[in-house]
This record gives sequence, C-alpha cells and structure tokens, in this order.
Amino acid sequence: MTQTMDITSAVDAAKEELDRYTREMVQWHFSSETGSPYWLDWAKEAGWNPAEKVKAFEDLMRFENFDDEVLRDTDPARFIPAAFGDRPYNIFETGGTTGMPKQRIGWEDYKVDYSEFSDYYSDDFFPKGENWLMVGPTGPRRLRLAIEHLANRRGGACYFIDLDPRWVKRLIRDGEYDMARKYKEHVVEQAITIMKGRKIGCMFTTPTILESLAERISIPGAGIKGVFVGGTTMTPQYVRFLTEEVLEGKVNFAPTYGNTLMGLAISRPLSVEDNYSLTYYAPQPRAILRIVNPKDSTQGVGYDEYGRVELTTMTKEFFMPRFLERDEAIRRQPCERFPWDGVGDVRPFESTTKKVIEGVY
Amino acid sequence: MEEKISHIPVLRFGEAYRSLDTNDLGNVLKSGARLEVSVANAGIIRRDKLSIEKGREALRAIPADTLLDYAEKAADLYLDAELPFGMDGEKQSVADYVTALSELTGLPHSLCRSNMFKVAAALTNIRAVIAGLTRGLPPELFDKGCARLGDIDMNFYPIADSLGVTLPSNSPGVNSLWLPALVMKTPVFLKPGREDPLTPYRIIQAMIGAGFPKEAFGFYPTTHDGGDALLLSCGRGIVFGSDATVKKYSGYDNIQVHGSGRSKVLIGDDMADDWENHLDIMVESVSANGGRSCVNASSVMVPSHFDEISNAMAKKLAAIEPRARADEDALICGFANTDFAKAMNEAIDDALKTSGAVDLTAKYRTGPRLVEKHGQTFLCPTLIACSDPDHPLANTEYMFPFVSVVERPQSEMLAAIGSTLVVSAVTENEEWMSDLMASPDIDRLNLGSVPTNWVQWEQPHEGNLFEFLYRRRAIQSKTRKIA
Repeated sequence: MTQTMDITSAVDAAKEELDRYTREMVQWHFSSETGSPYWLDWAKEAGWNPAEKVKAFEDLMRFENFDDEVLRDTDPARFIPAAFGDRPYNIFETGGTTGMPKQRIGWEDYKVDYSEFSDYYSDDFFPKGENWLMVGPTGPRRLRLAIEHLANRRGGACYFIDLDPRWVKRLIRDGEYDMARKYKEHVVEQAITIMKGRKIGCMFTTPTILESLAERISIPGAGIKGVFVGGTTMTPQYVRFLTEEVLEGKVNFAPTYGNTLMGLAISRPLSVEDNYSLTYYAPQPRAILRIVNPKDSTQGVGYDEYGRVELTTMTKEFFMPRFLERDEAIRRQPCERFPWDGVGDVRPFESTTKKVIEGVY
Repeated sequence: MEEKISHIPVLRFGEAYRSLDTNDLGNVLKSGARLEVSVANAGIIRRDKLSIEKGREALRAIPADTLLDYAEKAADLYLDAELPFGMDGEKQSVADYVTALSELTGLPHSLCRSNMFKVAAALTNIRAVIAGLTRGLPPELFDKGCARLGDIDMNFYPIADSLGVTLPSNSPGVNSLWLPALVMKTPVFLKPGREDPLTPYRIIQAMIGAGFPKEAFGFYPTTHDGGDALLLSCGRGIVFGSDATVKKYSGYDNIQVHGSGRSKVLIGDDMADDWENHLDIMVESVSANGGRSCVNASSVMVPSHFDEISNAMAKKLAAIEPRARADEDALICGFANTDFAKAMNEAIDDALKTSGAVDLTAKYRTGPRLVEKHGQTFLCPTLIACSDPDHPLANTEYMFPFVSVVERPQSEMLAAIGSTLVVSAVTENEEWMSDLMASPDIDRLNLGSVPTNWVQWEQPHEGNLFEFLYRRRAIQSKTRKIA
C-alpha cells in the first residue's frame, strides 16, 4: 500500500513537472527571441498563439498531429531556434526512408539522451572501460554519434560496422531476398572480424543481426557482457529467445524503443510476471509517448489496451507535437523508476491486418 | 471456471518447447477444450539447424532395416493408438484426431479416415516405397553408403543433412511424402499447415513410439519467415503452394516446389467411342478426396464425344451433395475459411462471363454452387464444358471437385497440356504411349483406364526423394571388394 502511494505521488509530481516543462518549451519555441522560423510562421497561420494558450501538456491537444512529411519538404535550417544563432549543428536523418530523407537538426540532445541512458545502467551492466561495437545504421544517423558518446561516457571507445537500411528495404521491395541475405552476411562477417580481433565488451545492434552473429559465434564466448538493441518489434517469445538462447542467459540485455525523432525509451527490467513482455518508458519530459485511439488521437486508450503510439518531442533544440508513429503498443502503468505511462509490446501499426516490411536489418 | 486448453508444442529434436507466441485454433477438440499451437520464431529453426548432427547421429546408430521395421510398426500406432498430444501427458485417440481434423480442415470424417489409411499405407508399404525410389537397392545402402546391383558397385552419399518440408493443410495424405526420408537417415524439420498441425504431430508421435529416435524430428508451426528459414537452412527443402510459391523459390536448386498439380485425364482416339466404360475413372479422378489433392484431375481432354462425355460426367458429379461431417457417405469437404470459398465461387462466375465455357453441372444440381449446409460452407462439384479449348477455365485448378472438359485432336493434346503432375492416358495406342512417355511436361504417367489418384507404392511421387537426398559417386578399387 505504501509503495502504491509512493508511486501515486511520484506520478503526480511527474505530471506537474511535465506541465511546467511543456509551458517552458512552448514559450521557448513560440517566442521570437528563441523560437524557430518554422514554428513562428506556423503560429501566424494557425490563428492561435500556443505561447498564450498552452498551460499544461493536455493543451498540446490543440495541435493537429505533426505531419512528418514537413521534415522531408522543409529546409532543416528553418527549424533552428533563434537562441542557437549561428552555432553549427548536426543534421540527422531517419532510418529506412527512400526519396528525400526526413531530417532533424540537433546540437546536444543526443548527448543528453545517451548520458541519461548510460546513467540508468549500473557500472557492471555495460562494464565501464570496455570497448563497444556498433553494428547498425551509421551514416547520417543520430545513433552513430550517440553510441560513440555512450561508449566514451562509460570510458570506452567504439568500433562501427555500417548497415544501410535503405538498401536492405530496397532489396526486399524488389524481391531480391538472396541479395538481402548476402548483404546481411557481409555485415555479420565484418562484425565477427572485429569481435575476434579486438577486445570488445559491449555492443549495440539490431535483434536480427544479433541473432545472425550468434549463429556464427557464441556472444558471451566472444567476451560480450552487455548488449543494447533497438530497431524492430520484439514479441515476448522473441525476447525470451534472445535472452535464453542467443545470449545464452549470460549477457546483460537492454532492449530499447526509439528513433531519431524521439531519442530512446528504456525498457524496465523484466520480472517473472512480465513473461518476457517488454515495457518501454520515454525520456520524459523531453519526449512523451501516448497510446491513443487510432480514430481520435486526442483520446488515450485504457491501460493494457492496444492503441497507436503518439510521440511528442520537446527540447530547446527541437519541437514536435503529437506525431503519430507507425507503431502500435499496449498502454502500461507507470512504475517506480519511471512514474509515467509505459508502452508495451510495440509492433508495426495494423501489422495484424497489413503486410509491413520490418525486421529485415 | 478456467477454460481448458490443449497445447501443441514445437518439437525441437523431439523435445517439446512451448512458445510464448501461439495460434488459437478454437474449440475444435472433442473434449471441448480449446486447441492452441505454439508458433516458433524463425531464429529457433535456424539455431536448431546448427545442431542437426544430433539428429543425424541418432539415425545413423540404427540399421536401416530396423528403421523399416519401425516404420511398419508406426503405421499401426498412427491408425489405432492413443498417442502423446499436448503438454501435460495428454493423449489423443483416433476418434479425437478425426474429430479435430475434420473441424479444422473441413474434411468429412470419412475422408479424414481415408487420408489416414493413405499415410498408414505409405508406412506399411515402406519397403516397397524405398525399393521403388532406389530402384531395388538393398536398405543396407543407408548403413554403408554402398551396395551392389548385379555386377556393379554403387556408392551413394547424402547431399542433404536434413529435409525441411512446409506442409499444406488441404489434405493430410500429403504427409506420406516425407516419411521415407527418416529411413534414408535424414532428419526432418516440418512446418505444418496452419489448419493441420495434427497430422504431422501424430505421425511423429507414432514414429517415435515405434522406435525412431526423437532427435530426428523437428516440428515447427511457424510464420512465413519461419517457413523461409526452414527451407533455406535445411540441406533440402520441399514446399507446397500456389503458383506464386513456385515463382518465389524457383531460383533455389535445393528446394523442390509443389505447386498446382493441374492433373489431367486424356482420352485417346482408340478409346473415345468406348467412353462410357471410362466414365467412372474420369469422375473419380475429379472427386476423390473431395477434390482436395494435387492428383485430382482438373481437366479432361477428349478427341470427340465432347457433349456426351461432358453431360454424363456433369450428371454424376452433380449427384455428389454436401453432407454432414460425420455422415459416412460424405464425399466433399466444407471450407474452414468461408471467404476463401466465396472468392473462388466469384472467380469462377467471373471467368464464365468470357464466352466459350459453360457450367454444365448447374443444370443437373438442385441448388447453387456455393451452399451453406450442415454448419459449413461447401462448393459443389463443378464441371465446365469448354467449347473454346483456350478458355481461362480450361486449365485452372481449384480446391474442390472442379474440372474442365475440352475437345482437342489427340495429336494436339501433348502440346497443350502444359506442366502436369499426373496424366491418366486412356489409350492402348503404342505410338501415342511412346509420345506420352517422352513428354517432359508429365510428372507421373498412368497408362490405361486408371484414375489420376491411383498410387503404386513402387513408383516415386512428385520427384524421387532418394535422388533429392542422395547422389551417386563413381567408386572403384583394384584391391578390395567394395560392397
């Protein structure tokens, strides 16, 4: 009972902090001294002034769902908040898109996100001082710098093997399954060379690549102590398989849900009751995940019900209200460590009724 | 009260593994319990394949002749025994199996049982089957790798460490195809069809019960990705499916694809006047096993008597009516997926809008083709008389008794059949028989008045499994006797 009360008060405190933070961020992005040309022009046309009207997170429901095509069509420089002046910035692109990519600019956000991620895990989960290997999408992606920052923050260096998801998606789309397999094999071979020839203790990769690596070598046998994965759907059965068999029950496992627009949501440690069902918690208040009714995204669904994932990102660098992700998930209860809603068993939106190219890299 | 669930697990080298991913097959069991099936993720299959030596070693340790004995014994167990089923020491009786199989596949009990007898016969006749596949080589071949035929030493070596099979759900009898692999000391990885996990599971339990080592069996109800993993990681693969499946795997030499059978009855000039004496085999070719098999005829080609033959067949086919599952006289199957039946019915009606074809059965049966009866959806036997031999329905196959009748001169028939699983050629014309035997389009050729579904155990079915799994090597020695 005491614990429930503690969580309840923590939930209230988190909500209060979210409302305060929302006001601060909206003031920042809709003030001519600090805001970006894109959002200031948007407010002129919208017919309402968010800086005046938004007093709490709920008030963001006045915004329509953010159309991410804007990130494709608009020069990213229009998203530079005035407060950042002429400071050079990074341009990050989202994963497997084709055509003009969706872009997000940034300065320090990725470091903030990954420092917080690092601080969440104990010194021995991803042992301090160990080198890292990232096998995944590098190139113009935020993840590449983020993982290096994570490795550096924990006192190690990071090796990289690139995997181009755009090429993989194209191969799958064109029915070139054999070539896609060869490409995966090419990536895995390079990773094994590094794992055998250098001292690596921690890894970031996608679940699919992790599986393929484990078909060739023993992951704990190669000296890996902690693995951080993200990228695709992980059903409870898949999580169990990765934990018990791929990682042989001997490697610390940190599944995450995230992308260039969000940062990353940490999964709470699995308990017996979870039965391998993952629950992720967004890095609130910088990013907020809501599970919403697909027909009316202003309405949330009940706890333990599936709905579409809606992301709001608010930092001084980037503002993106109410973007509907291409995912659906179960709304889960807050927990002690993360006193806000979690998202469970994420899977592609309408994946039970539509065929989705996913999990290929 | 908590609902009772029977759960069919994945079998990994014969060991039960309960997946957290499951398929709910509904309340199909006689006990009233719900049937749930584990769904293996693709990685499990790839990972197990890495340990395939376990299965091979277990089979190598047993003489082939003993394995043949086991197969014969397994036939009895499969037909009669209470066999392990589910996770908690549950057993399945034959009656339970037939009831659930009928609920899942739509096959009436009578056809469930005839399919059982087909599988059992493939096990009982295993010595004849193996002898047919190896052209009479002694079974010790699989112990020693070599054998002597006449004065010639022969050395065969396995080219596949395992056989992966993705099975269909339409007809349980199809399971008879993979059975000989075990005697050939090749472990199997099976992906059951979604609606029939019961048959391969029961056969595996019968074979293990008879003495086969459990390590020789992988049973993986799984997703499409899992099916790909199974076919691509096993040394050899067999897949059943549509024309799209055939296309998908056409680039893989190690995968044998069984698409639409498009089996046919061809009536020769010499027998055409005598057509009435062959009417029954034409009808049986179309309607046996509820028209569910790839060996069912989907087309009959006649050189003359087009109207008489079409009408006589249509009359007989139209007399086959939907009956309840448990009716011993039931000959056609319901469709587990009603939408699928409706789509087929609409496709046929659409195609009939193109001139040159008519549904002759329509005038002999009492109701429409699509019937809701006895709690099931049926498609009644349908004969399309194609006055235009190139009509779209002239060479189309559906999963119920569906046949087109086409008139063509005998001299043009072979050029027109296209890829055909079984041809029953009703003729005694030696010259035409030679032409038929030389045709590259025919997989199995029946000569004379026999239905397309007729099986002789000594003959290979849908490719020679022995040649698929083993290759002959030249072997010679000056100093020692080889075999």
